[in-house]
Order: sequence, then structure tokens, then C-alpha cells
Amino acid sequence: MSFYEVYRRFKDFDFTFFFNQLTDSDILRAIGKSRLSELDYLALLSPRAENYLEEMAQKAHHLTVQHFGKVILLYTPLYLANYCVNSCVYCGFRVKNDIERKILSFEELEAEARVIAGTGLKHILILTGESRKHSPVAYIKECVGILRKYFTSIGIEVYPLDEEEYAELISAGVDGLTIYQEVYDEDVYLEVHPAGPKRNYRFRLDAPERACRAGIRSVNLGALLGLHEWRSEAFFTGLHANYLQNRYPDVEVSMSPPRMRPHAGGTAPRVVVSDKNLVQYILAFRLFMPRGGITISTREGPELREHLIKLGATKMSAGSCTAVGGRTGAEKSTGQFDISDERDVAAMTRVIYSHGYQPVFKDWQSI
Amino acid sequence: MEIILNGKTVDVAEGLSIADLVAQKKLNPQVVIVEYNYQLANKDSWPDIKLRSGDRLEILHLVGGG
Amino acid sequence: MSDPLVIGGRELTSRLFLGTGKFASNRLIPGAVQASGAQVVTVALRRVDPDFPEENIVNFVPEGCILMPNTSGARNAREAVRIARLGRAAGCGNWVKIEIITDNRYLLPDNFETIKATEELAAEGFVVLPYVSPDLMVARKLAEAGAAAVMPLGAPIGSNRGLKMKEMIRILIEEISLPVIVDAGIGRPSQAAEAMEMGAAAVLVNTAIATAGDPVAMARAFALAVEAGRTAFLSGPGEVQQYARASSPLTGFLRDE
Ligand code: SF4
Repeated sequence: MSFYEVYRRFKDFDFTFFFNQLTDSDILRAIGKSRLSELDYLALLSPRAENYLEEMAQKAHHLTVQHFGKVILLYTPLYLANYCVNSCVYCGFRVKNDIERKILSFEELEAEARVIAGTGLKHILILTGESRKHSPVAYIKECVGILRKYFTSIGIEVYPLDEEEYAELISAGVDGLTIYQEVYDEDVYLEVHPAGPKRNYRFRLDAPERACRAGIRSVNLGALLGLHEWRSEAFFTGLHANYLQNRYPDVEVSMSPPRMRPHAGGTAPRVVVSDKNLVQYILAFRLFMPRGGITISTREGPELREHLIKLGATKMSAGSCTAVGGRTGAEKSTGQFDISDERDVAAMTRVIYSHGYQPVFKDWQSI
Repeated sequence: MEIILNGKTVDVAEGLSIADLVAQKKLNPQVVIVEYNYQLANKDSWPDIKLRSGDRLEILHLVGGG
Repeated sequence: MSDPLVIGGRELTSRLFLGTGKFASNRLIPGAVQASGAQVVTVALRRVDPDFPEENIVNFVPEGCILMPNTSGARNAREAVRIARLGRAAGCGNWVKIEIITDNRYLLPDNFETIKATEELAAEGFVVLPYVSPDLMVARKLAEAGAAAVMPLGAPIGSNRGLKMKEMIRILIEEISLPVIVDAGIGRPSQAAEAMEMGAAAVLVNTAIATAGDPVAMARAFALAVEAGRTAFLSGPGEVQQYARASSPLTGFLRDE
């Protein structure tokens, strides 16, 4: 069994037809249910459900407080390397882009880690492009060894690995995996990944499940919003999260709704996803998966991020930097994309408190 | 010779087969099943299985149950 | 409307399973089965008592019903497997209700041994319906072990106390993909309707029908209740509206773009 079978079930689903036949009472019934079916979730992603965002928001708020309390977990991304052999049309690191390539030395990594640890953060997410030559698993593993001294939770957002490699990194101290499918629609996936190993749709799709089998503690999924019709992409992301949660009940499953941002050598989004769309997605997901995590990065602007605190977000990045070595300025390099909330950890902390929530730096520590 | 039938020690004639025993007890061979020394003995084998001293025999049938 | 329940490859139109124990006379069984509409009928396997020969229960079950032997009397997985095989040899087909009980006070099932027996029998090709205390982790393990359905108890066997385990059963219904059949404890048609309304795939009733003043009439009452509950479940009950539209305090910031 693989999530691919679930995907196949809905691959040729007529979304437009389904949306058109929905009535207001379908939407209200879905909002009122304590357990939503797959199609209830889809109903809440429909254009018609836009008329009920406030009702959805009330329930989403209530569910989030009930299951997570009034807390927001803070983390920050740390880019290890920007070498990449892929050609993702939406990314500033793609192979053909003429940018300065860089990989952190272990000394540089330690310096970056110290700066971040100085802000009080205990959760870190490390990222690389896809280059098994420049940033192999052995390198990532070594980095994890260094970061363990500074952080209690280490997530990876790197190219898809096989199960043994995940197990290796987990035993080295990794507890979280973030891997975005980018786009669930298989045809569009092949279009926006014209070359490189990332063209392998299935290998990426099954990566979170491989990590679950290898014993990871948390996985974070996502579709990059702007590449394809967002309602169906949001639907598949939710189904994927639900699939993993059902099969691996001990894993913490969460999703991110990243919207495309400007980046070096940029291509424009193919589809515009408005704030209202994004909010609808987050609310529908919360109602579908009351215990699912929702991660909001600094791709989103300050004002929207603050509103999302009450609408279902559970985790946010702060003091982010998408360039390799960007915090110590060891060397200037280009970022993967431009961030839009530039506030540092101290500022985010104040903001979260001002909304009556508690910022959490350390969720747990393995012993 | 003695065998254990449905948990009770009973005396039967030497050389008796399962089929003989079922007939002797006036049981309907169509509805009972026999377990011979913890192994299911299918009907075809009943005439051929000659009982020996100490054998354990269970004769069972279906009854009402929830 | 066609709404079959598919178990072990068989399409069932009736969602009421009937147990045949405790009837005052076997002669009441055919009428009760007919009135209940049941297509799955449970039976048990017992030692023959040559001194008090009983009538063969199978003669009282209408043609075409699935005979599902239970493994009552089994105290561990090994015994349950043995009884299941004997039941099959007795002409019951390959359905089996696993019932493993070591607790004589409440007659609660041994979930752990039940999982073991399920695994073994499913591998042998049986359609296994294990009777268990409702527990999510156990239900998941049963699904992995190859069970065809899960049969949680509503209340201890024969207690007629209704859906005492309602919340736990609800979780099973929500979380696992196998049919959840409420077995044991259902004492009144309203309780059967309640289970069905909640999304149970079927209910198994024995004592409440067998010991009713008029078992045939009671069987019919249960059939109607099961159908009512199922229809209510399918029609998607109107949910209590708890989230009124306030003055948009949470989404007021969204301007139409
Ligand atoms: S998205 Fe990842 S794989 Fe694609 S080009 Fe950028 S860094 Fe490489």
C-alpha cells in the first residue's frame, strides 16, 4: 500500500462537477460534523464554502485550542548547502541558475548554530538542495551530530532518501522530516520538474512513509501553492496527511501551505492563491484533521501570520534566512526565495504573547 | 479397553473403528465431527481408524450459540 | 437504495446478525431468523452427549444463511484455532467468530489471544470476525492480522445493558476501515438503532431476541430498528449548529481581493 493508490482513486475525479453540486447545507453539515469524510473536507475547500469562512474559523479556533492549547512552536530553518542537480522551475537553487554555490563547513555550521541558539530557539530545520555529491547523507549526518549540542529537535528538509538512510539519520538525532510533494497532480509535477532525479514522482511521494517506517517522530507535508489549482492540491495534501496519520498513529503529522515567493531567476506562479484562499485551506484542514499540525513559514507576511495564530497554526518559523551561511555572513550567497516576515525571534515572541499565546521554543527532548 | 471419549473414560471393545463407535452411540454421522487424538478425522477415514487403548476422542456437533 | 455490507467477499443486505443460543426451543429459531432478516447466524460447537442427543441446530437455520460458528469455550488462541477448524469441518463454511474468554465473572474477551488467533486463522483463509473489548490499538492490530470485521462488545455478554462502551466504539468506527459490528450487550431495539445511527456496520443480537416473550416479534422489532438506524446514519443527521456567524471576529481581516 502506498499513498499513490489513494491518489489514483481521485486522479480523474471531476472536482468542478463536485463543487457545482454542493449546497449550503452540505457545507454546514460538514462544518458541524465531529469527524469529516474525505468528501466533507473537499466540500470545505469548495468555492461555495467561502461563504462560511467565519463559521469554519470559529470551529477551527476551538479545535486548535482544544488539542494544542494556546501555544505556537517556534523554529528556524538553517540552509547547509545550495548545490542542486534539479531543475524545479519555481526555485532559485535550480541547477541552471547562475548563483554562487556554497556548502557550510563544519566550523561555519557551528558558528551559525551558536548564533541561532543564542536566540533561545531549540527546534531547527536543516535544508540542502539535491546533490548527493556535494551534500551526501554522510555530510548531513555529521552536521546533525554538531547541531545536537545546540538543539533538542532537528528536522531535515533534504532530497528524498531511502528507508535505511532515514534510519541512519534518525539514529544520528534527526526527529522530523519535512518534504513537500510540491505538486500532487502527476502531470503538472512532470512539467515543473523537467530534469533531474526529482522527476521521480513516486519516490518523492513515498518518502514520508519511508521515514515513518524508519521510525521518524514527525513528518510535515505540503503542496507548493501556485503551481496548480489549489483546491485539489490542498485536498491531496490533506488526504496524504490523513493516510499517514491512520497508518502511523504514533507519528506527528503536519502540513504546510507554502505559497510561491519571488526568487532569483524567477518564474511567476501559474495560479494565484489569495489570502482568503490560504485561510480557507488552513481552516478546512483543521476541521478535517483536528490534531494535525499546521506550519506557517516566513513566506507569509507579518499581518497574515498574526491572524493565523488564532485560525489553526501550531508552528511558525522565525528569524529565518534562506541563504547558506546567511546568519554569520561568512560569505554572501543567494537565498532560495525571499522571505516576507523579517522579524527576529525576540520580536516574534513579543507578538505571540500579545495575542494571548505562548511561544514555545522547546517542545520535548529525547533522553 | 479404555479410551477417553469427550473427556470421560469409557470402556469399548477391542478393534472398534470410529465408524463403529458412531453407529453404536446412535449418532447421525452426517452432523457430527470427530477429533481423534487432537487431529480432525474426516468421515472417509472413520472405518479405517481402529481405536487403541488410551486414545482421546472428541465427538462434536453444532448447537445454538451467540 | 442499495447499501450492501461486504464481508469476506459476500454482499449482505441485512445488517442484523442473529445468535441462536438461549432460545427456549430450537423450533423458535426459523421464525426468528425469518423475521429478523438475518443472513449471518451464529452457532456453537459442543461435545455430543450420547445420553441426551440434541437436535441438529443446522436443521433450524433457513437455507442460504451464512453459518458462523463461534469459538466459545476457547481459553486461548490455540484452542480457538482448533475449534475454528472443527467448525469448518462441521460444514460451516469459512466464517468464524473468535471468542476467547478466560474471565468467568464478566465474560470479557481476551484481546491479546484473540489477535493471535485472528492472525493464524486469516492466514488459513478463514473470514475472521473477532469479538473483542473495544480498544483502538487492538482493532488496528486485528486489521493488520487480516480480520474481516471487528466485533466490539457494547456491554458484557448477556447483560442487555446497551451501549456502555459507546465512546470507545465510536472511536473504532471513526478510526479503522474494517466494518465494526457491535456484539453483545444490546438489549433493546432502541440500542441497536443507536449503534447503527453512530455508524456501526451491523449488530449481532442473541439474548435480547432469544429470551423475549415473543422472540419472533422481537426479531422483527430489531430488524426495523437496525434499518432505521442505518438509514439515519446514511442520511447524515443534521448537526447541532454550534458555530454561529459572529461579527466575523476571526476572518474580518480578509478583504475580498
Ligand atoms: S526546489 Fe529543491 S530540488 Fe528543486 S531546484 Fe530548488 S533546491 Fe533543488
